[in-house]
Amino acid sequence: MNHDFGKLPEIFGRYDQSPASLIAILQDIQREYHYLPKEALRETARWLTIPLSKVYSVSTFYNAFSLVPRGKKVIRVCVGTACHIRGASLIQQQFESMLNIKAGQTTPDREHTLEVVACVGACAMAPIIIVDEKYHGSFSVSNVRKILKAK
Amino acid sequence: MRIKDPQHLSKVQKECRAALGKFPKKVIVCCGTGCLANGAAKIVTAFEDVLSKRKVKGFSIEAVTKTGCHGFCEQGPLVVIEPQGTFYTRVKPKDVEAIVEKSLAHDEILEPLLYSDPSNGHKIERYNDLPFFSMQRRIALRHLGKIAAHSIDEYIADGGYQALAKVLTSMTPDEVIAEIMASGLRGRGGGGFPAGRKWRTCRDVVSDVHYVICNGDEGDPGAFMDRSIMEGDPHGVLEGMMIAAYAVDARQGFIYVREEYPLAVTHLKKAIDDCEEVGLLGDNILGSDFSFSIRISRGAGAFVCGESSALMRSVAGEVGEPRAKYIRSVVKGLYDKPTVLNNVETYVNVPLIIDKGAEWYTSIGTPSNTGTKVFSLVGKVRNTGLIEVAMGATMREIIFGIGGGIIDNRPFKAVQTGGPSGGCLPESMLDLPVDFDTLTEAGSMMGSGGMIVMDDRTCMVDLAKYFLSFLVSESCGKCVPCREGLYQLHAMTVKVSEGRATEADLEKMEKLSEMIILGSLCGLGKSGPNPLLSTIRYFRDEYLVHIREKRCPAGVCRELITYEINDKCTGCMACISACAVNAITGEKKQVHVLDQEKCTKCGACYAVCKFDAIEIH
Repeated sequence: MNHDFGKLPEIFGRYDQSPASLIAILQDIQREYHYLPKEALRETARWLTIPLSKVYSVSTFYNAFSLVPRGKKVIRVCVGTACHIRGASLIQQQFESMLNIKAGQTTPDREHTLEVVACVGACAMAPIIIVDEKYHGSFSVSNVRKILKAK
Repeated sequence: MRIKDPQHLSKVQKECRAALGKFPKKVIVCCGTGCLANGAAKIVTAFEDVLSKRKVKGFSIEAVTKTGCHGFCEQGPLVVIEPQGTFYTRVKPKDVEAIVEKSLAHDEILEPLLYSDPSNGHKIERYNDLPFFSMQRRIALRHLGKIAAHSIDEYIADGGYQALAKVLTSMTPDEVIAEIMASGLRGRGGGGFPAGRKWRTCRDVVSDVHYVICNGDEGDPGAFMDRSIMEGDPHGVLEGMMIAAYAVDARQGFIYVREEYPLAVTHLKKAIDDCEEVGLLGDNILGSDFSFSIRISRGAGAFVCGESSALMRSVAGEVGEPRAKYIRSVVKGLYDKPTVLNNVETYVNVPLIIDKGAEWYTSIGTPSNTGTKVFSLVGKVRNTGLIEVAMGATMREIIFGIGGGIIDNRPFKAVQTGGPSGGCLPESMLDLPVDFDTLTEAGSMMGSGGMIVMDDRTCMVDLAKYFLSFLVSESCGKCVPCREGLYQLHAMTVKVSEGRATEADLEKMEKLSEMIILGSLCGLGKSGPNPLLSTIRYFRDEYLVHIREKRCPAGVCRELITYEINDKCTGCMACISACAVNAITGEKKQVHVLDQEKCTKCGACYAVCKFDAIEIH
């Protein structure tokens, strides 16, 4: 994929030029491109004068980072304990079988990415899913189709 | 404007109070994450709209206050009319006009928006008369639902930063530590280590630099009190950290916030900016020699980063792997400097302890567990939400009193506390007082305060499997007992849930658990087997039914159940469209047929059927 990396200097400029800024920089890159492009990781390593292997190790350790491009619509199913006992795994399976992918994957047409998240801290409205930052509380399996159809 | 000294702070407080007292009435719109998800932002816009057209005497849009979480998320969006305390639930934008017209202009009550008691259907008018609120003791949550979450003026008007002024003018750091020690405040993050003792140790380490960190990496699934406090009372957290920094001689503080909590980051950032602007953070705070600044460090989604040494590595931009703690992080923590790490709820208690004194604080709770604890009461309980009670309240009081009992009057089965490090307690334990020591003795733990209630349709084997699978994916992989041991425990639990296990496996699981507890490097592994062990301890029979009879009494474990359609089926076709594998066939208004060969037992049909026509066997 071709990206415009002109944004990178601006992202770097937001933080101290120190290895302690690595996670914050990666978060901003992830927000900008919705994943961590290889070239951006190289630039980050150069900017912070740390080995690329260290950047790679941090990028693969934390769940928030993705090394592959994500879909247009990101569906996150909360599978925290409160959601689990109110049927979150059914919701996850329903999305998985309707999209024909597993959690953590993106459909081949790059339309949908399905993720599970351990807890979003909105347990009183369990089970909950988040579609592109919008919360859908007291979610039911019967609404899965509607979410997938919605533009 | 810069607040020069404590006298100036008191003057500013008076001014802020006067500004707030301008309007005799106040409308509070709850803007916690729960209410926002339910549409609270639209309610605020509706008030703006209506009030731009309709003038109400003695009221204006300025008196519409957006507060943090009230805790009663299930009934949201919530609107409260002060000073009467009229409590409106599930408010919709179209109700706002009536609220302005009736409640604001004419002091009338809108009956349909009141909360109705599920036990008798009675409407309850006032906030404080709801059992959900009246049975609580709110200290850590004191500002939530009361003051505007983002406003430093309202915080100061309510006496904010007076505790800071008090320590800067009239207490030495040693006196502050002594006061916190005398209060008996124990860390609210899970372990319950005395906060004062931690501060004492940190101060006693000779070093040019000390750090203060606030742990806002609330990783326990099912707990959201720290989120609500950071969002709803950011200044309370900052003031607690400032007092800690003064006590241990730190100049730099960090707040580590989970990446799933964007609103908390926004509110904390605003609070820090506001404090810097008025000189409550920065150099020579309130004209004293004390200088302190705070930075926010966002987590990136790793449960293990709730562990102190892992968290500190993450703050330094590294992979969040814990280290062996022969030397504790309070002695050698962030960048190898002495570091005080407390969690959000601990810090927010501090200003009040300084303000009202240790003696007042110890009068609440029990002698060895002073003060209150916030719980997120969730799961199969009627009133879900965030609650705060004095330590020592019983679980029965919490679940059946505040929580109003179990949904649909089903039988209570168990309550899970302490997240993935905690355990499940059965009905016979309901009268235990909730405090750090009692819960640990019973085989669970306090944790950060998640309280997940379960009914007879929750399978304990499935729950143990759930927690183990969570821990397997969150284990950082550094030490073998945790990485491999939890993996094997999970595999054996899967065996039980599929009816392939023997009784010898059960013993193996218990033995392996012991080994993991002994051999793991950090708390994640050391406490990882707790959910499994506690369910075996209290629900052994349920494991045995899975093993001997190959049956799941709760109807959850997929390999051991089948779905069948009975003659209650009205032929509505809802299940046909819900089924992802086309296992159900049938015509409109005729009983449908389920093909067992194709069925993946996902339960989608069961969830959508409105006629109890799908049975689990």
